[in-house]
Amino acid sequence: MTHAHILKYIVKGVRYDGRKFEDYRTITIEPGVSHAAEGSARVRIGETEVIAGVKLSLEKPYPDTPTQGNLMINAELTPMSSPLFETGKPGEQAIELSRVIDRGIRESKAIDLTKLCVKEGEQVWSVMVDIVTVNDAGNLFDAGALAAIAALKNAVFPEVKEDGTVEYAKKTDKHVPLMQTPITITVIKIGDKLLIDPLPDEEQALDARLTIAFNDANMICAMQKGGEIPLAIEDISAIIDLAQEKAKELRKKLQR
Amino acid sequence: MAICAMAAAGRLRAVKVNKMAAKAVKQEYPKRHDGRGWEDLRKMEAKVGVIPRADGSAMFRIGHTVAYAAVYGPRDLHPKFMQNPETGILRCRYNMMPFSGHGERVRPGTSRRSQEISMLMSKALLPVLDLKEYPKSVVDVFVELPETDAGTRCAGITAAAMALADAGLMMKDMVTSLSMGHYNGKIMADIDGYEDCDVGISDIPIAYIPTLDKFSLLQLDGEVPKEDLLKLLTLAKKKAMDIYKVQQQALKDKFAEPKVK
Repeated sequence: MTHAHILKYIVKGVRYDGRKFEDYRTITIEPGVSHAAEGSARVRIGETEVIAGVKLSLEKPYPDTPTQGNLMINAELTPMSSPLFETGKPGEQAIELSRVIDRGIRESKAIDLTKLCVKEGEQVWSVMVDIVTVNDAGNLFDAGALAAIAALKNAVFPEVKEDGTVEYAKKTDKHVPLMQTPITITVIKIGDKLLIDPLPDEEQALDARLTIAFNDANMICAMQKGGEIPLAIEDISAIIDLAQEKAKELRKKLQR
Repeated sequence: MAICAMAAAGRLRAVKVNKMAAKAVKQEYPKRHDGRGWEDLRKMEAKVGVIPRADGSAMFRIGHTVAYAAVYGPRDLHPKFMQNPETGILRCRYNMMPFSGHGERVRPGTSRRSQEISMLMSKALLPVLDLKEYPKSVVDVFVELPETDAGTRCAGITAAAMALADAGLMMKDMVTSLSMGHYNGKIMADIDGYEDCDVGISDIPIAYIPTLDKFSLLQLDGEVPKEDLLKLLTLAKKKAMDIYKVQQQALKDKFAEPKVK
């Protein structure tokens, strides 16, 4: 689908699936989808499907942060989920996705890393969140971020044996300390129109993209611009207004 | 004994020690820990067409082992030097999601284990396909596991066969796969992670093609007398037919004519 073709319809206010510009497709959040993980969730936005899983392990802290646990967010764009994704090392798209989601969680201070400290300078918990795509029908940013935070909400610590090793087969009822539930919203600009929840064709045709994470107070806590066309201050302001409204909607879905 | 999913997740050494101990003095295992009979399969679920972006797809669940399979192709094969002018080729990729193992996180990317399994999967599936119609092309099969409890390659093959059918490829039959077990002279079907890793039951993954009445995957880890193995394979055929029915039903569910109200 060419940019010109998409634009022709966007200007008329028409999207391929008949949605309004500011409407999400149907969103479902399903926590606890993998028994093996310490926490997990499946998120569907329309036909887009991602699974996020949390793994916990005991590690030695970094020398410069002896009282803090570690947080790592990784995204896998599996070749299973789109004909455009290839096997092998993560490409720049996967790296950007994981880093943008990482910043939303880190900068909202969603996880109090000091609470992950077991023994100062010796043992801390590492929280590893992996986001895996099952079907890419667009908007992996919002789906991935939502899955990551839903999986963290679902995560519990495993038991620790007397010798200090982790007993993965046994889970406690102690949840990973979550202080905030950041919500990530992506708005794209095609021509002079702003759209949310883009389809793959719309993503291909976008001029600019702005992904914004909001904390519980609905304040901006992380942001990333994508796309090749620069944005004016008026654009940015309008995008923030739209995203902020949508963040309220998504937060409700997550709390349900 | 099989390097189980748990071991793959970084507990290889501990499990090996466990198994050696189990071998030295074989513990009693008078009945299955989850209450199943020796020949019983775990609860199964199958669904076809779960990944709309793919040309064909399926999900297969057996107990707490879940496999997704997506088929792309026949499509152009790159790099070009891998192309075969006589026939299309089948390429499988087996991958455990990083959080899918019961031990530590599985590092993303291929491992020796996943590469071997990928190869065995394509060998298990190829006998039912005829890719001569598609020279220079590739049919890609991607298998991803969100949760594992042993028998992952078997669940992967079972899902992949359904996905190939969903993709509309000409097939001689389905391929149906499960993991058999042997312990203290006892034969059992569909062993789970506890039985594989903690009890130390010999793991015998098989794939069976009903119309050909032949096996296209056969592996064995452990000591098994020949007579027991032959008995075990006979049982495997019978149990494979139970899985076959689940596969067929899943395909029928997708392609059945919608009922007119």
